[in-house]
Amino acid sequence: MRLACPICGTRDRREFYYKGDAVALARPDPDAGAAAWDSYVHLRDNPAGQVRDLWHHEAGCGAWVVVTRDTVSHAVLDVALARPEAGGVQ
Amino acid sequence: MRLQNGGMVDRSKVIRFSFDGVPVEGFAGDTVASALLGRGQRLIGRSFKYHRPRGVLSAGSEEPNALVTVGRGAAQEPNVRATVQEISEGLEVFSQNAWPSLKRDVLSVNDRLWPFLGAGFYYKTFMWPRAFWEKIYEPVIRRAAGLGGLSGAAPDERYQKAFAYCDVLVIGAGPSGLMAAKLAALAGADVILADEDSQPGGRLNAERLEIGGQTGAAWGQAVLAELRAMPNVRVMTRTTVTGAYDQGTYGALERKPAGSPAQEVFWRIVAKRAILAAGAIERSIAFADNDRPGVMTAGALRAYVNRWAVSPAPRVAIFGNNDDAHKTAQDLVAAGVQVVAVIDSRPDAKVPAGPYEVLTGAVVEGSAGRLGLTSITVRHQGRARKIAVGCLAVSGGWNPSVHLTCHMNGRPTWRADIASFVPTPGAIPGLTAVGACNGAFSTAACLREAVAATREALAKIGLEAPQLEIPSAEDAPYRIDPLWAVPGKGRAWLDFQNDVTVKDVKQAATENFRSVEHMKRYTTQGMATDQGKNSNVAALAVLADATGRGIPETGTTTFRPPYSPVSIAAMGAGGQGMGFAPQRFTTSHAASLAAGAPMIEAGLWYRPSFFPRAGETTWRQSCDREVGFVRNTVGICDVSTLGKIDIQGPDAGAFLDLVYTNMFSTLKQGRVRYGLMLREDGYVMDDGTTARLGPQHYVMTTTTAAAGEVMRHLDFVSQCLRPDLDVRYTSVTEQWAQFAVAGPKSRDLLNQLLETPIDNETWPFMSCGAIRIGGVEGRLFRISFSGEHAYEVAVPARFGASLFSHLVEMAKQHGGGAYGMEALNVLRIEKGHITHAEIHGRTTAFDCGFEKMVSAKKDCIGKTMSQRPGLLDPMRERFIGLRPVAATGKITAGAHLFNPGDPAQRAFDQGYVTSVAFSPDLGHDIGLAFVKNGPARIGETLRLVDHLRGVETQVQICDPVFIDPEGGRTRG
Repeated sequence: MRLACPICGTRDRREFYYKGDAVALARPDPDAGAAAWDSYVHLRDNPAGQVRDLWHHEAGCGAWVVVTRDTVSHAVLDVALARPEAGGVQ
Repeated sequence: MRLQNGGMVDRSKVIRFSFDGVPVEGFAGDTVASALLGRGQRLIGRSFKYHRPRGVLSAGSEEPNALVTVGRGAAQEPNVRATVQEISEGLEVFSQNAWPSLKRDVLSVNDRLWPFLGAGFYYKTFMWPRAFWEKIYEPVIRRAAGLGGLSGAAPDERYQKAFAYCDVLVIGAGPSGLMAAKLAALAGADVILADEDSQPGGRLNAERLEIGGQTGAAWGQAVLAELRAMPNVRVMTRTTVTGAYDQGTYGALERKPAGSPAQEVFWRIVAKRAILAAGAIERSIAFADNDRPGVMTAGALRAYVNRWAVSPAPRVAIFGNNDDAHKTAQDLVAAGVQVVAVIDSRPDAKVPAGPYEVLTGAVVEGSAGRLGLTSITVRHQGRARKIAVGCLAVSGGWNPSVHLTCHMNGRPTWRADIASFVPTPGAIPGLTAVGACNGAFSTAACLREAVAATREALAKIGLEAPQLEIPSAEDAPYRIDPLWAVPGKGRAWLDFQNDVTVKDVKQAATENFRSVEHMKRYTTQGMATDQGKNSNVAALAVLADATGRGIPETGTTTFRPPYSPVSIAAMGAGGQGMGFAPQRFTTSHAASLAAGAPMIEAGLWYRPSFFPRAGETTWRQSCDREVGFVRNTVGICDVSTLGKIDIQGPDAGAFLDLVYTNMFSTLKQGRVRYGLMLREDGYVMDDGTTARLGPQHYVMTTTTAAAGEVMRHLDFVSQCLRPDLDVRYTSVTEQWAQFAVAGPKSRDLLNQLLETPIDNETWPFMSCGAIRIGGVEGRLFRISFSGEHAYEVAVPARFGASLFSHLVEMAKQHGGGAYGMEALNVLRIEKGHITHAEIHGRTTAFDCGFEKMVSAKKDCIGKTMSQRPGLLDPMRERFIGLRPVAATGKITAGAHLFNPGDPAQRAFDQGYVTSVAFSPDLGHDIGLAFVKNGPARIGETLRLVDHLRGVETQVQICDPVFIDPEGGRTRG
């Protein structure tokens, strides 16, 4: 598997550390409530199809990237630098 | 026998090797199989289950039968295909699975017991008694079955891994592959042409055919020479592409010729596009006793005759269901081999005549010959007839090598006209199958497909293919009338390597193992090292017939990588012994080794356990002495392995406030603070001290184990949560050597070295700053893991070795010396300091007694979740100390704790022990533990039970700080 790091170019997946769903980018406010925090920390979809997940180019530039890929075809559809996203489920 | 003329072997170069200790001569270009056939040796091995005599079936990597062991000792390699192994001077080759000899094999008695040993025999027979499974049945069956063995000696490290990148990867260098590579190369693409043979050319080397007015072999050599001369082409021979993976990644195994520094290289090839030109594999036809040495596929026989100029026997018959049978006869006649008969199962076949008998509508229904074929029984026009021959060539049709196209879950498509499966287009993104592996069985069709597919592939990567004339070549139609198994009595073999017969497959269907995957597992069809390359399609045709379904409905089993066997040593090249993980050494490493310290691993780091001295016979003696150094005088310990992260910027304080539970923005310059880091779920991630060296400059320390994880976490917080914070940080773990100088005499020692002496006013507990030591700019931190008056002194790593030796020498003058991990651990347990034994991923700040460290004034990672009611329940297992009620009582790590009178069972569990030590200061074992509502139960007695070590002790809950709870020593 290969990922196109926006900074370094296409690299083998062994250079990357996998974290999980890109929902981690949408950190809720401290007072967003139990449901929002539960969803942020614990609840994950497991779709057959498109997912967005976070990878860290640990053996490369150190960038966190959002990888959009298809769990059925294994196609990597997009790799972009990770940025904060609007707060989680309210 | 070797033919008088012809072939592609170099008769001027004689090569001597041995088979079962007997010297054998062959020619340069021979494989073990061709050389043995050349001297009339048809018997090569014994079969897996029935120990049937077996010979050569094929001429390629698909060989199921002719498996041999090559070499001895560390170089011994079992289950090598004699059809692939090139001969070399002095090569030692041994037959397998026969004892005492290949000709007289005791276990061939299994063959006479065959009525009892069919599919499912083991499952049904070795059921009772259950106790016999592991002790009796399995060892006995394992000894009786199986093929070659390993020597038990560690292999020499002659394996390598390598990486390659290209625009176009062409897999297979037969006519299709050569044509594809040529076009891609002319278009300017970076091309890798990989072929599993030592001599590229594929069927060009095995057939008598013409391309563009020259022989196929000559055309192939010419194209190959052209390609080799081009700078943008890399021709990889002896290289099997073994797997297709995501995003154009391919695995390939390269076998180096004898005498190379490396034996095998495992390649990872990344290609923008791939052309699969893997060819096709001929299948046999099942009839009774079709497995005798001397029976082989017709295509293999043509290869032996045309390429190696050998024939397994002087008299040959040919049996087929397609036109290849007649092509084979013509080749043999041309080479001067006597063809006795051609048996064509098609009643209405239009067949060419030759100087031999041709029987149409006939089948071979049996054979004879104990250690090699002597005759076949032919049924023609209702009558059975014996024909004496030493070799029978069988052509049951060709199976395209679709394997790689199935490696990403693709399923092949059935094509009735060729009675076989072809690749489903698009099964591997970026890969196109062409030629015989795509079901094109004439040379002209191969060349046409190769050019069309390559042109398209080049366009996809923005390259324009030049005009290329396709040379003329034979374009004969492929006429086949499927025949999978000849009906009749006796055993007709499908999978030669796992000894699976037609009867076994029918038996599976009868017992309702009707799914092809069930049949495969019940009979073990296609599960041997050859993965059923010759036999799978025939087996599922038999299954389809037995279950009354068509072949497409029956489906295929799943092909998975590797295409052909890859030695684990090749895949794990570089990972043997210490290559498994890189080693990280501190600057004091050499000094520690010189002092005789046993080293222990801490992640990738190596750290000294203890520094033994003369007269000490146990580690405890050394450890107790080293603990004494720190408690009474001064000890030196290398703490450079702790993660060190340099953090700078206007928002460095705010950044630290977010990642730590406590405040760091308010920390005064020149001061150090202990910090606790949580995961977002509220559990403790790591701890350590962070020093403020300047208004915008901090140095964070992490535990040795979590240094990488913390760095990744900082990257996450900085990039993904708060990119607005103006902060930069980098790991400086390797750049600074850092040593603990601990004990009542620590300041005295340092003042002998520091250019500006220090005192308790200028350097109070938890202060830090720049120093000059021995003319070097360094840093000094007054921090203590031992609870004693202690410092950590840091210098650039290049001065580490020198400073360490200096410090240890001076400590000795004060009656102290170096201390290792054992003493460090005792010292911190005596002070109740936590490590990853306590913050093991399931404990919170509250559990560790650090709830007050979670600042109420600010947000931090993990704060919200750490406030969940369930995580603040006093009944949670919380941090306390343990002492034995009797001074001799043992406390063991991992032991569980129970209320007195309760049974030592999970339901009554009160907690568990995380760290233990013998305290030389207290004279008894001490422990750190987590106990339900622990802090409220100080003084209570519990029952400690260690089921693993058989330990039971009465223990008392106490404060986790065993030494100097007021901290007077630390403040010194």
